[in-house]
Amino acid sequence: MKYIDPHIHMVSRTTDDYQRMAQAGCIAITEPAFWAGFDRSSAQGFYDYFRQLTEYEPKRAAQFGIQHFTWLCINPKEADDPGFAREVVSLIPEFLDRGNVLGIGEIGLNKNTKNELIILEEQIALAETHNQLVLVHTPHLEDKLKGTRIIMDALSASNIDPGRCLIDHVEEHTVQEVLDRGFWAGMTLYPDTKVTPQRAADIIEMYGNERIWMNSAGDWGCSDPLAVPKARLEMKRRGHTSGTIDKVTLDNPQTFLSQSERFVIDDQ
Amino acid sequence: MKDVSNTSPQSRQQVIDTYFMEHRAKLIDIAAYLDRIDRGTGGEVSDFRDDFFRRALLILSDGETHRAKRILDLFSDHTDALPQSAEGMKGAAGAPAPEEGGAA
Repeated sequence: MKYIDPHIHMVSRTTDDYQRMAQAGCIAITEPAFWAGFDRSSAQGFYDYFRQLTEYEPKRAAQFGIQHFTWLCINPKEADDPGFAREVVSLIPEFLDRGNVLGIGEIGLNKNTKNELIILEEQIALAETHNQLVLVHTPHLEDKLKGTRIIMDALSASNIDPGRCLIDHVEEHTVQEVLDRGFWAGMTLYPDTKVTPQRAADIIEMYGNERIWMNSAGDWGCSDPLAVPKARLEMKRRGHTSGTIDKVTLDNPQTFLSQSERFVIDDQ
Repeated sequence: MKDVSNTSPQSRQQVIDTYFMEHRAKLIDIAAYLDRIDRGTGGEVSDFRDDFFRRALLILSDGETHRAKRILDLFSDHTDALPQSAEGMKGAAGAPAPEEGGAA
């Protein structure tokens, strides 16, 4: 059994997690830049974080045979201060040539503010200028539906092909619109506030298995780095074929991510 | 809404056989939560989150499909306005506050 976890924040996880993920069949992960749980006090803090994502973390993953890829950005929560956010965004081009960088992410909205939207639009422009893939964070809870629509409008106003953008954290009330507008959809499997493995399987049954993936988004909060293999077991329990299970946990991530020439899986 | 009939690989009986015990427990959790509110001190309370919760319970038993989507829609902010900044804003509540277009 092989799978890809296309959204997980390994800087917040222990080395034991890499070991367990490798034992469960994980062959590659992609790690978007995100909020550290506290607001950083300087742009230099992001510079060091981008170095961690592009230099140190790939080596830690490689110890367990897991390939590590990453996405760079300022996250929407810290993007509410446009001056500070622009300082951080100005650092990103220096890192875009690093070997494991796939694109810009996870950009998006947090509280659906005008400030967040300004920086979102500027980071979309950055992705467009540098021909990068885009990984999108959508807000949680009551802000998700509204925020997802605003984000899709902002992406549609650019010249980026929606097929090169993945809208993450979809749920039952957003997945259809995301797919109908030509974007890829990501389901985040979380113990409490997001989609359970059971609901992820439901969504695949109802909305199909094209242009959709699932991820753990494991981070510093209550989360499960083995959520993807658990969802695979859930689908197997229901009688889904191994072909369908592999499609949403291995083939689809590979198809989307391979739009970046840097995403090459070594053992295939 | 999309017709999702017959999209499960399992029969209705198989779904019940697979998931009844798990969701029986979750249902009792909800019942106990409502009982806990009733047992709370301080008398009657008016809370927009509780109002949405009880409206969501009605969706569960209305016999129509897409219950998860409709409950998520119910718990969503449907306003168009964007604040300039998040400065001073509270974290997400799980349901839209009255000033965000939620139920009064």
